[in-house]
Amino acid sequence: MGGNGVSLTVLKPGLLTTVQDQGRPGYQRHGIVVGGAVDAFAARVANLAVGNDDRAAVLEMALTGPELRAGQDLLVAVCGADFSFKVGGHAASRDRPVAVRRGEVLAFGPARAGARAWLAVAGGIDVPAVLGSRSTYVRARIGGHEGRPLVAGDVLAVGRPGPWATQLWQRLAGGGSRSPAWSIRPETLGRVAGGATVRATRGPEWDHFTPEARQAIFGAEYEVTKDIDRMGMRLTGPALMLKEPREEISAAVNVGVVQVPGSGQPIVLLVGRQSVGGYARIAAAATVDLGKLAQFRPGDRIRFEEIALAHAHELLLARERDFARVRSGLARMGG
Amino acid sequence: MQVTPLGDSTLVLTLGDSIDEDTLTRVQSACAALEAAALPAVTELVPAYTTVTLFYDPAAAAAAGAPARDIAGWLGVRVLQAAERAVSRPPALPGRVIEIPICYEREYAPDLAEVAERTGLAAAEIVRLHLAAEYLVYLVGFAPGFPYMGGLPAQLAIPRRPVPRKRVPPGSVGIIGAQCGIYPIETPAGWNLIGRTPRPLFRPAHEPPVLLQAGDRVRFRRISAAEFEEWEETA
Repeated sequence: MGGNGVSLTVLKPGLLTTVQDQGRPGYQRHGIVVGGAVDAFAARVANLAVGNDDRAAVLEMALTGPELRAGQDLLVAVCGADFSFKVGGHAASRDRPVAVRRGEVLAFGPARAGARAWLAVAGGIDVPAVLGSRSTYVRARIGGHEGRPLVAGDVLAVGRPGPWATQLWQRLAGGGSRSPAWSIRPETLGRVAGGATVRATRGPEWDHFTPEARQAIFGAEYEVTKDIDRMGMRLTGPALMLKEPREEISAAVNVGVVQVPGSGQPIVLLVGRQSVGGYARIAAAATVDLGKLAQFRPGDRIRFEEIALAHAHELLLARERDFARVRSGLARMGG
Repeated sequence: MQVTPLGDSTLVLTLGDSIDEDTLTRVQSACAALEAAALPAVTELVPAYTTVTLFYDPAAAAAAGAPARDIAGWLGVRVLQAAERAVSRPPALPGRVIEIPICYEREYAPDLAEVAERTGLAAAEIVRLHLAAEYLVYLVGFAPGFPYMGGLPAQLAIPRRPVPRKRVPPGSVGIIGAQCGIYPIETPAGWNLIGRTPRPLFRPAHEPPVLLQAGDRVRFRRISAAEFEEWEETA
């Protein structure tokens, strides 16, 4: 495996394929969004599976994936939704390293379920860092590949893979297989909630909502509307009303925050959210369930389950412990 | 002063309940003190009108000694301690005054005629009032480098446009209610556009990457369309 060459040529861009990493923190006070992979944890796991650093840049695809030709031998891994991933015409597995030979095509189709996936390449997608991140920030036209989603004909460079990835690729190629027997599913690390349930804590304006609203947000089912993008998603269901009208003073918001405009129909913020918002916040999704939020599509049903803040922290610490355990296991195993 | 959680990785320090210069001063000094305190696990501070929001990494907090059952409480106490020391003796705002050239000519001021109609003022009077005022940046948000500025003369107060524009050119200067703002990049816009500046407000290659920061004061200086074009050519 090489690196620093012409490593991926975009044959078909897919619906919205962008270079993303763990985001661009540190500039929110300047109005610059954090962004990054909509499921930052899935991107970390995909990176782990190819021996990359957590912060390496990956490709994020949405609803319909891209077709890419490998300009050199590559070790890749895909986490997230099932996009009928194929390499060289043959079905390839998600959630594990896949050895790709120079000239082969990585093909993704429409997502069979879910909405997004992340493709990590050993060595990382090598685009210039802007303000400390390789994430594409489309609105500001910075980061990623020329600050925009990929189009056919784009050529992406890949960084130099580490020794772990190189050894694994050689071992796989030598054994005539594409992937090892092991896999890592980001969805199974930590303690997972079932189905379409998203665990959440009470938001700062909880007390200002009517008892009916407080019951509805943690009891009723909401439907995801077609207003859904990297910034957030609008839901429809029982209206969440304030006890009396209030004018919120704009303040910083975070990913996962469930905010409620005057209509009473909630909006869940995702990574592309603006840095500040001015709506009442009834709840905030637990960090461990942000990956679930990344996979909703229009028409899907969603239900929030209330958990205590300390519980949200325990869940996150448990998942980090699992991640660290897998990481050290892989390191011991060698490439 | 109080600390409230917003989800499992954000704490909000609230320093007031109204938008005014005193509160902004308290926000600025609390933010500076928190920055200097370099609290463990805190990854980013975001000041707004009445709040400083702290982003933190719960795993890093646990590693720094926070009890797993009460990470937010452990951090919140430290936030209050650091902020209380600062707010008890708030310094004045740094008071940088930044001059922004602005062109009010027709092609750069698509809503000036409508603002004149709605306020009952002549366009020249609107320009005079807008130029005479000094503005204070309360918040930067919405888009990279977009300043929410107070100080707009009361005679110019008008509501947002009923239908926002899908996109406006960078540098568009808008007014709404008691506020004035400048769109640094091409974005949708609901404010009433009365002029445009050629001075870039978002400069990703610079540090900091934006021209205006909360606490800055802004004065506008009138330029002609010819000067606007000249400025753009030299940029």
